[in-house]
Amino acid sequence: MLPFSDVIHLAITGVAQGCAYGLIALGFVLIYKATEVVNFAHGEFMMLGAFAVLALSEALGWGFWPSFLVGCLSIGVVGYIVDAQIMRRIIGESQASIFILTVAFGFIFRALAGMIFGWNARSVEAPFTGKLAIGDLVEINYDRLLIIVATVIFVVAIRLFFRRTRFGVAMRAASQNQLAAYYMGIPVKRLVSMTWALGALIAAAAGALLAPVTQVDTTIGLLGIKALAGAIVGGFGSIYGALLGCILIGVIEPFADYFLPGIKGVSAYVVMLLVLFVRPEGLIPQTYQKKV
Amino acid sequence: MTAPLLELRNIETYYGPIMAIRGVSLSVDEGEIVAVLGANGAGKTTLLKTATGALDSNKGQVLLDGEEIQCRDPDWVARKGIAHVPEGREVFPFLSVADNLAMGAYNRHDRDAVAKDMETVYAYFPALRALRDKMAAYLSGGQQQMLAIGRGFMARPRLLMLDEPSLGLSPVLVQEIFGIITRLNEEQGLTILLVEQNANVALQVSDRGYVMEVGGMVMDGPSDHLIESEDIKEFYLGKKEEGVRGRRRWKKRKTWR
Repeated sequence: MLPFSDVIHLAITGVAQGCAYGLIALGFVLIYKATEVVNFAHGEFMMLGAFAVLALSEALGWGFWPSFLVGCLSIGVVGYIVDAQIMRRIIGESQASIFILTVAFGFIFRALAGMIFGWNARSVEAPFTGKLAIGDLVEINYDRLLIIVATVIFVVAIRLFFRRTRFGVAMRAASQNQLAAYYMGIPVKRLVSMTWALGALIAAAAGALLAPVTQVDTTIGLLGIKALAGAIVGGFGSIYGALLGCILIGVIEPFADYFLPGIKGVSAYVVMLLVLFVRPEGLIPQTYQKKV
Repeated sequence: MTAPLLELRNIETYYGPIMAIRGVSLSVDEGEIVAVLGANGAGKTTLLKTATGALDSNKGQVLLDGEEIQCRDPDWVARKGIAHVPEGREVFPFLSVADNLAMGAYNRHDRDAVAKDMETVYAYFPALRALRDKMAAYLSGGQQQMLAIGRGFMARPRLLMLDEPSLGLSPVLVQEIFGIITRLNEEQGLTILLVEQNANVALQVSDRGYVMEVGGMVMDGPSDHLIESEDIKEFYLGKKEEGVRGRRRWKKRKTWR
């Protein structure tokens, strides 16, 4: 049997990993709610974010935080351009074409990253080293703690943004009823691109924060698929549901790997299948049907 | 003669290969209430959507104050001063009533004036004041219609377009809402283009009316003339006309066909 301290340790590691999934899932959900597009290249935004930070700190010799800031912002700009120049033209086409297009973007981004940064795994120096210990039982590495803290900050910031600012409320309005938003003079197209930028920025932040914990190579974007599984588990229509689902998956994963090494790596999808069987709308669905 | 506020000139709009609007012209002067009547599928909603840019016309012009505004994005048209209150209310379901109203004023930056207009809306629709923090999804149909009209007013538009405000409402509510529409026109000087199936109530509040059928205009004139016209009476108001021989007109034919 696993000693109790190890259980706690695995759980904390799992929460940190789940938060990283959650940050990526935030972008999935934001973009899905704004445009009903599931962006299968979203994990690649995260990968690009990790590489951007790596490149800035290596090539320019910047510290972690300036690279983090500039790296995330520039990936946000990439997200904006992807929507404004390409996705906008294909909206209204069949879901299958849009799906294939986003998958293709994933391949293109991976190939570009490989050509620019090389195909070998690289490591990023952590902004903090050491660990935080509370008593004998709880201990957590600072770099993992940072992911949890960053997730809390992002979620609170996003909540305030969507509740309190005119721009944020307009983004919600446009996602709830696009035509009515147009009729009210809300620049829907620009807001949708801004949503893509925001989603890409948050995913890039997840990548940059994960970079010191894991290594960076062109395939880390595949984590996005696990984030997608987490979002489906939690309920795709809601930010909090997606976050909860991701943390759940993050926590289940290390335990499943420990107890059932046979399904190592696929436990996330097993959980997703189970949830889809039992509660196909996810754990926290968006409960509203349009009134006639 | 000054140019009309809104003018549609020979508009033709297609849904794919189907011609939904066949060369329609219409004008609205400042300060008027103009009604467009017609049965289901006559093209009334299509006409409004074409005027505000939700659909592109294949031919013809839409002029606001003499400036061509056809085939632009609807948010651009809205910023030019047309507020479109769509058919079926279309409020933002997960936003509060107050946020819904605030979205109507999205392009206005004078906070004081917006706050004042918010009070004006609550004064016209007292029911909304009590519900200001409630999500719009939980409002009744009548309250949602009031919210949609209030949201349109919040833009302080040059022209308010109402698409079937009576849809799905009880007769009492219809009377109430049309009473408020009249007051908005008289007290706030709001120009209104109204699309309705309920010809009776629409002709009572409007100054002029147009009648559409299968994508074209078939009649137009002052509302008090239209309400007296035989065809309107029989086909839209459902009033029975006793003929000289004590029978109803047996050929169900409209004089314009």
